Amino acid sequence: MAEQMPAMRPPLTAPPVRPEYMRDIVTGPQMGVVEAPLTVWQRLASQGWLRKALILLAIATAWEVYARGLDNPLLVPTLSATLAALSSGLVSGEILERMTNSVQLLLKGYALGVALALFLASLAMMSRLGNDLLETLTSAFNPLPAIALLPLALIWFGFGDRSIVFVLVHSVLWAVALNTHAGFGSVSQTLRMVGRNYGLRGPRLIAKILIPAAFPSILSGLKIGWAFAWRTLIAAELVFGVSSGSGGLGWYIFENKNTLDIPAVFAGLFTVIVIGLIVENLIFRNVEAVTVRRWGMQS
Amino acid sequence: MHSTDAPQGPAPLLHVRGVTLQYKTEQHLVTAIYRVSFDVYGADRFVLLGPSGCGKSTLLKAVGGYMAPAEGTLRLKGLPIREPGADRVFVFQEFDQLLPWKTVKQNVMFALQSSRKMRGKAAEAQAMRYIEKVNLAKFANSYPHTLSGGMKQRVAIARALAMEPDILLMDEPFAALDALTRRKMQEELLQLWAETRFTVLFVTHSIPEAVLVGNRVLLLSPHPGQVKGELNSDGSDPVDPVTGRKLSDRIHDMLFADRAEEREVVHHG
Repeated sequence: MAEQMPAMRPPLTAPPVRPEYMRDIVTGPQMGVVEAPLTVWQRLASQGWLRKALILLAIATAWEVYARGLDNPLLVPTLSATLAALSSGLVSGEILERMTNSVQLLLKGYALGVALALFLASLAMMSRLGNDLLETLTSAFNPLPAIALLPLALIWFGFGDRSIVFVLVHSVLWAVALNTHAGFGSVSQTLRMVGRNYGLRGPRLIAKILIPAAFPSILSGLKIGWAFAWRTLIAAELVFGVSSGSGGLGWYIFENKNTLDIPAVFAGLFTVIVIGLIVENLIFRNVEAVTVRRWGMQS
Repeated sequence: MHSTDAPQGPAPLLHVRGVTLQYKTEQHLVTAIYRVSFDVYGADRFVLLGPSGCGKSTLLKAVGGYMAPAEGTLRLKGLPIREPGADRVFVFQEFDQLLPWKTVKQNVMFALQSSRKMRGKAAEAQAMRYIEKVNLAKFANSYPHTLSGGMKQRVAIARALAMEPDILLMDEPFAALDALTRRKMQEELLQLWAETRFTVLFVTHSIPEAVLVGNRVLLLSPHPGQVKGELNSDGSDPVDPVTGRKLSDRIHDMLFADRAEEREVVHHG
């Protein structure tokens, strides 16, 4: 067998010997295209907002066509009727007032929840006990729907903003704390060592190294927390609308449903969606652009 | 022991005696470094050379104050090393040692400000002085992710030098670079040393790099690391008049002598 092997292989070949050569490289105008501007169409197609606007336009058209065909404003009012209700609500100032109420309450709860989450996550970084505390609390409370706490909150804090803020904090706190904690955990060992090398420790290390380094995770936690808070707020207003004094958007939807003013219900929902889009596409996107994208931590 | 051990002349800057370093994994207590002693003097380019896994990076971490020795002492300027501090500045192998959310200039200033060494205009001027030294003035306002690997390491070196530390700790700083860039960086480092005469403790597993960069090379045996010897180098890889062999070849023989013996044993067995 061993003797047969060489015979089965093709004969050993050597590569042909070729002459060496040197060349002058081409420079200047004779080279042709090195860099050319894109066509208008290519540039338009690369705009994310334009593609998304087209999708929204398609949905709006489908809605209008379907609602006109159905012809039942009590089930599905047309887009034009919804927009009319929205503009009359805006002109009378009612929607704006309700919106302000909702957003004010939301910001209070959100800010408080985020501050508490950062505090808990920092505590978890500084001591093992803090870590255990955070892990136990998040695993216990994260699955608990915030709205389920509202009856209890009403007993503790009475009818008013404070009980809504309480459930908002609950809805924000655990999601943000969990993401922040995970983000802190994934900060590279090298960066931590760099921070300690220059004399940072404890709260200064967290503020100057961990928070910026974990910012992509923190930001996604902030986004999730914002969505949770917004949902919780509208739901809380729908169920216990009167609890927050003058009432917010959820209560506006509920009131108009009771009077069967369905286009106004749609206008209320529309406002909720628009605020969501604005926060996502204007606020969070710009925060991303000046932070994680600029730093090359997210493409 | 000190008085008999210490050579005549200046006192060592870094004094390491009988240091054993151990770390815990999930199941084992591992000894990475066993009873290592050496002295580093001012303006030394002191190289710790050994194969991968000989604990040389662990030893550097102990000098940095990131881990305490199981036995032995580490002293800097006569004072025991207890914790990380800005008098011993690290340059790591990893490119992510730069803070991605700060520009080149801000990265250097961050070091000066965090350590409370300088602030405001003074920090900025110091930062720019050293950024110019590593030829990155044009990129002072760039973010790290826009720079090449070699440029990132130059920023890290500028940041460390701007601190004007007692000793610079370099942990295979050029290992992640391509061969051409590495060669250039080694020469630039020597150039910088000629200008400022810093003291550096340099970890590498490359014999040519050790011979080129170091004026004194400490050879470590593999796992656990023990001292096999200290050699002088003038960077030219000279031929030893007695043995007729190049310095790098002598180092190679010393480091891999064990392995050759192992091969012999296997061969005969």
